Amino acid sequence: MTERVASTRLALFGGVYANLPALEAVLADIASRGAEPGWCLGDLGGFGPDPEECVNLLRARAVPTVQGNYDHSIGHRLADCACGYTDPDDQRFAQLSYDFTDARVSEASRAWLRALPAEVRFEFAGRRVLLCHGSPRRQNEFLWESAASEPFLEWLCREHDADLLVCSHTGLHWHRALSSGRHVVNAGATGRPAHDGRPGAWYAELTVREGALEVSFRHVTYDTERLAARMDAQGLPPEFSETVRTGWWTTCFGSLPVRERIAAADARLAAAPQSR
Amino acid sequence: MPHPSARQSSRSALTRRIGPGLTNRLATDEGFSPEAALGSPGADTSPVPNQPLLHLEQLWIQVAGTLCNLSCTHCFVSAGPNEGRHAMLSREDVAARVAEAVAMGVREIYLTGGEPFLNPSIEGIVEDTLELAPVTLLTNGTLFTPHRTRWLAATTRSSRYSLELRVSLDGTDAASHDAFRGAGSWRRTLDGLRALEAAGLLPIVTLTRPAHVDASELAARAHAALAAEGVPAARLKLLPMFTLGRETRRPGHAPPPPSLAALPAEAFDPNRLQCGTCRAVTSRGVFVCPLLVDEPGGRMGDTLAESARAFPLAHGACSTCWATGMTCAND
Ligand code: SF4
Repeated sequence: MTERVASTRLALFGGVYANLPALEAVLADIASRGAEPGWCLGDLGGFGPDPEECVNLLRARAVPTVQGNYDHSIGHRLADCACGYTDPDDQRFAQLSYDFTDARVSEASRAWLRALPAEVRFEFAGRRVLLCHGSPRRQNEFLWESAASEPFLEWLCREHDADLLVCSHTGLHWHRALSSGRHVVNAGATGRPAHDGRPGAWYAELTVREGALEVSFRHVTYDTERLAARMDAQGLPPEFSETVRTGWWTTCFGSLPVRERIAAADARLAAAPQSR
Repeated sequence: MPHPSARQSSRSALTRRIGPGLTNRLATDEGFSPEAALGSPGADTSPVPNQPLLHLEQLWIQVAGTLCNLSCTHCFVSAGPNEGRHAMLSREDVAARVAEAVAMGVREIYLTGGEPFLNPSIEGIVEDTLELAPVTLLTNGTLFTPHRTRWLAATTRSSRYSLELRVSLDGTDAASHDAFRGAGSWRRTLDGLRALEAAGLLPIVTLTRPAHVDASELAARAHAALAAEGVPAARLKLLPMFTLGRETRRPGHAPPPPSLAALPAEAFDPNRLQCGTCRAVTSRGVFVCPLLVDEPGGRMGDTLAESARAFPLAHGACSTCWATGMTCAND
């Protein structure tokens, strides 16, 4: 029996990446919007300095959480995050973050991460909702907006009995309303900015108004300078704190498709023509 | 900068649903050695694994047929200026194939040849296809006119789907590259890459890795060579050398690897090979993958629907795929 969610507003966020101030800010925003407690789409570790604190906060607030590949790896003490990077530099940075997180997560948190479900299903406004981390078929699959055709997304939803599919994993948020009436939403990331020059966190908000589904993305700010300074002090790579400060990715985007890559490059050029 | 863990593009982490106890590091970091991966070869009478089509993710369309302005010594489809075994496809042919694939839920389309820019309708083909799905265009990079570069830049920016460009190299300097591709090819391809760079385009550079060359060392050399040539942002994809097509007639080529008959049935993983998710189309029909369009047994039918069945991995090239975990796709 699928659970029915009665509220008219849902908040979904993913990619916490051990960024506690971002998580606190997002949870506060969700509360202010009346969408508590929100749903987390996984990847609590990596990148930032506070994986254990992020796990504890989600547990304390009883936020239902889907397991990300990071959570699976840390939970099972695997050798790496299985993020799926193929670029050697990406792999090196990913391993640095992974080892940093791995050294800071308690046994109790590992057990909790291990036990997280790979998917969550419920009914919302008459729609069958499926929450997952990467894709319904693979925890570490990248669903990029420009690299997944609509026929493919339709197929994915059909195969997995979903009218509304919500994922994360890539760090970039997007929404596609399919011609069948189904929806695919990538909730983006809270722990890392969206490679758009805007420091802060992103999450997805789903609202039902007179039966119609509205999808929007909320940008939430926090003290990024303070976090960046802490990351530097803890010995995390300066490339990571630069991302927190500037809102631009510096690592781990080898698999970013060209459409998103060029949009970022163009925006960056427009924002600071002298820096190129 | 050194690339300590560069490797053949590996799909390992991408193609497996992660399950408890599955280690995330798979054995694809090693140099290419089918023998080592397969155990002792020889038992060729045992049946080969059958690869099911799990879902059509990548459709390869040979838009230029086997026509190419170069005739590389190792070309696995033996393309060249006078090669007409597979004919060029019209804009309508391509649209019909794309429609078939769309009905099957295809994820992305790869346009190849030969050299796709020899097809006079290439711009229309790309624009039509981009309306429906992401497109990757595989080119030798020698035919970028200023008009074409402007068109590529405009199309890339105005489309909601990605238009990826893949430019092939076969060495990290003029001497090694031109040995495969002909005198002057390196210079022309690098001019092409610089033109793309100037237009703000970000191609994927693919590089053939001969069996004996270390992947990380090759990647480091390629990054350095490209940076020195003014193409600093290059994304790199390494591909193994296949003993197929013209390569089998090149003096000194590696012997074809043994078939997958020696692979124990329980070691076979249907998620490892690209032919679990791809098909290739030429003027001569639908083939299992872009590699076997000239090989006996590679043809699977006239339509994509007919080709949606399991394929026996009997070809020596299948061993190269298996051992390297390679995909012709972008990741
Ligand atoms: S050559 Fe490779 S991709 Fe083609 S059928 Fe054999 S294993 Fe599959």
